[in-house]
Amino acid sequence: MIPELGHFALACAVALAFAQGVVGIFGPGLRDPRAMTATPLLACSHFAAIGAAFLALVWAGVVSDFTVENIADFSSAAVPLLYRISGVWGNHDGSILLWCLILSLCGLAVALFGGELPASLRARVLGVMGLISGGFLLFTLTVSDPFVRLWPPPLDGAGMNPILQDPGLAFHPPVLYTGYVGFSVAFAFAIAALIEGKVDAAFGRWVRPWALVSWCFLTSGIALGSWWSYYTLGWGGYWFWDPVENASLLPWLTGTALLHCAIVVEKREALKAWTVLLAIATFSLSLTGTFLVRSGILNSVHSFAAAPDQGLFILALLGLTIGGSLLLFAIRAPVLAAAGIYAPISRESALVLNNVFLCAIAAVVFTGTLYPPFANLLFGIQLSVGAPFFNQTVLPLAAPIIIAMGVGPLLAWKRADFYPVVQRLYLAGGVAGVVFLVMVADRHIVAALGLAGGVWVLMSACTDLAQRVQLFRIPLAHSAARFVALPRAAIGAALGHFGFGITVLGIAGMTLAVQSVVVLQPGQSARLGGYVWTLTDMHDAPGPNYTQRVADITVANSSGVFLHLSPSRRFFAAQGTTTNDAAIHTNGFQDLYSVFADEPAGGGAELRLNVQPMAPEIWLGGLIMALGGFFSLSDRRLRVGAPARRKETVAVTP
Amino acid sequence: MRTPKKRRLYLVLACGLCFSAAVGLSLAAFSTSLTYFLSPRQVVAKAPAVGQSFRLGGVVEAGSVLTTLAGETPTTHFAVTDGRAAVNVTYTGVLPDLFREGQGVVAIGSMGPGGSFVADEVLAKHGAAYMPKDVEQSLKQAGKWDPKFGPPPDASSWNTMTVKAGS
Repeated sequence: MIPELGHFALACAVALAFAQGVVGIFGPGLRDPRAMTATPLLACSHFAAIGAAFLALVWAGVVSDFTVENIADFSSAAVPLLYRISGVWGNHDGSILLWCLILSLCGLAVALFGGELPASLRARVLGVMGLISGGFLLFTLTVSDPFVRLWPPPLDGAGMNPILQDPGLAFHPPVLYTGYVGFSVAFAFAIAALIEGKVDAAFGRWVRPWALVSWCFLTSGIALGSWWSYYTLGWGGYWFWDPVENASLLPWLTGTALLHCAIVVEKREALKAWTVLLAIATFSLSLTGTFLVRSGILNSVHSFAAAPDQGLFILALLGLTIGGSLLLFAIRAPVLAAAGIYAPISRESALVLNNVFLCAIAAVVFTGTLYPPFANLLFGIQLSVGAPFFNQTVLPLAAPIIIAMGVGPLLAWKRADFYPVVQRLYLAGGVAGVVFLVMVADRHIVAALGLAGGVWVLMSACTDLAQRVQLFRIPLAHSAARFVALPRAAIGAALGHFGFGITVLGIAGMTLAVQSVVVLQPGQSARLGGYVWTLTDMHDAPGPNYTQRVADITVANSSGVFLHLSPSRRFFAAQGTTTNDAAIHTNGFQDLYSVFADEPAGGGAELRLNVQPMAPEIWLGGLIMALGGFFSLSDRRLRVGAPARRKETVAVTP
Repeated sequence: MRTPKKRRLYLVLACGLCFSAAVGLSLAAFSTSLTYFLSPRQVVAKAPAVGQSFRLGGVVEAGSVLTTLAGETPTTHFAVTDGRAAVNVTYTGVLPDLFREGQGVVAIGSMGPGGSFVADEVLAKHGAAYMPKDVEQSLKQAGKWDPKFGPPPDASSWNTMTVKAGS
């Protein structure tokens, strides 16, 4: 019964979403005040309907209702409660429902917090979001229905893929999807602004907080996914350049560019058309990331098996959304004349430079990700583009960004002098130089460049704040007072840059990682990275829905044994598969990583041991970046709606 | 740089420079680091130069897996077949959990001097019933299996299975 109610709620949601779309987009044109008041209400009810449908599916998962095909295929009674819930979005149909839920949640947020917006703009924004939501809900309802019943029901479900049974993965999709979908708000604002033909400082002010929220979620989502793959997949790496990973990186790159150029629109009314284009591009890439990859067109570890009609439907939806918005942009962009002018050396130019390079990286990643399927389609060759391609292209393009990141925040708006800024950065440059020389002396060129870059970015972020509070030039108490009075956006920006510097440090440090694969009998030991790793024992241990074989390892340095690691191999009887559970010890600056890979025929244990310098910094940096974003959001200026509170009391009362 | 026009010129120049750098880098990387997918048949017919990286895909031949220990480091020897031809592979490192005889795998590496394929990485990360797309394609071309007709046959039969004439 409950699944049928959920199915019914889903059908209602489709109708409500299209109503929201049509009323929102055409109402303001007809100057109908009823349309303006109706749209937010439609957005609320649309959210309620999807929420009900989603809850129904979650309920079916929680009580293990195997008459629902989706639950029977991807869950089983033995799966712990957390994974019975997260399993709902661990498959194709459920994940699209979650996607729609988050989209309607964004619509709800615009309806609730958009009170400061002009009523017509709010209606149009909600209208655009309603149309997108309607399209994808229709997809869910017609070709990817999560509520399909199964009769007779199986005694037990097929179970969940063991590697997905992990708390990290339980939260990774919702966080990442919030990031993807959040950009729909920026997109809807851009489309609404194009329809209205007006992009001004206020537009930048409205778009930025939304872009910032989704950017924070996207950053955390990517970091979470990367961390998850690091500690569960047991391969010792953190980024595979897999199409799905690239698909999440693409909107992150353009979203970062969007964040930065929305500042320019807000402060200087320049780069308007570019900002609108970036908003469109970012959401288009988010859509591509979620759906193109999952439709099975790209060959990826992440792709869910999808039927051909699903792929066609998705392609049509993508084509309509992306093509339509680009067409609208092409028609309307000439209206958006730039107002502010600026000198080649200025904050604006630095932000333009940032944008240009970020987009160049995005273009390169896009090419590398989409070339293989196109080559297959057009020339019939099977090839793949892997890490070497991306390392060769992305790293050289990232270098100018890293250099500019140090200088940019210190430049003045409109017209700046270069030399005073460089003078202020002598400390950051000096420390980075010393780091570089020390590492080069050890013949680690790549690591030296990376570490120096990371140090440069985080030192210059600190310099930026120190300059603003005039640290050491006025008494400390005064500096502290100035720090408290600083706009939170400034602290958030510095924190974001600082976090990026930390991530760069982590990535650079990981180039020094060492790895060794050994077969040890109990009592034998191996040497790696200055440590002695000894296999002491192997034993069986019970688990909730698996049995495991544990290898006990002690790690010793010159002063003796200081660490016990227990990597295990888990056997999941329901799927007949085995997974490796890596044992990782971190001291904050170095990970000792061990995987119990196999029990070879000759006895003993096959172990993979890694020493990973600076690995934790990769995700710590991501976390700091996201925190910086959230901190910046708490800035007063971003919470206030329009710049001047023109309370035009147009009669909008029903 | 007094006029807006000249300023715009700077902007366009900077963008042009950056994008030509991006294009140049991509082309350079395309020419060196694209990895082609080859089936064992193609490798046997015309082996790529020693040291040139490519992806070899097929099914692990039944009865071909042998692991030896050199010191403490395990090295695995196995053969990858598409039913027409088989290529010997050596790999040092941790094999994925789903690696077993009869499983579709993709190995990334290059031909070694001894005529066998030296893998840097072996991928078999899909479910047990799943066949990597590339491998499926090459099996189809070898006339051994079409996914339309059910799951792939047992790998022990790959090298002896009769192939329809003309395929």
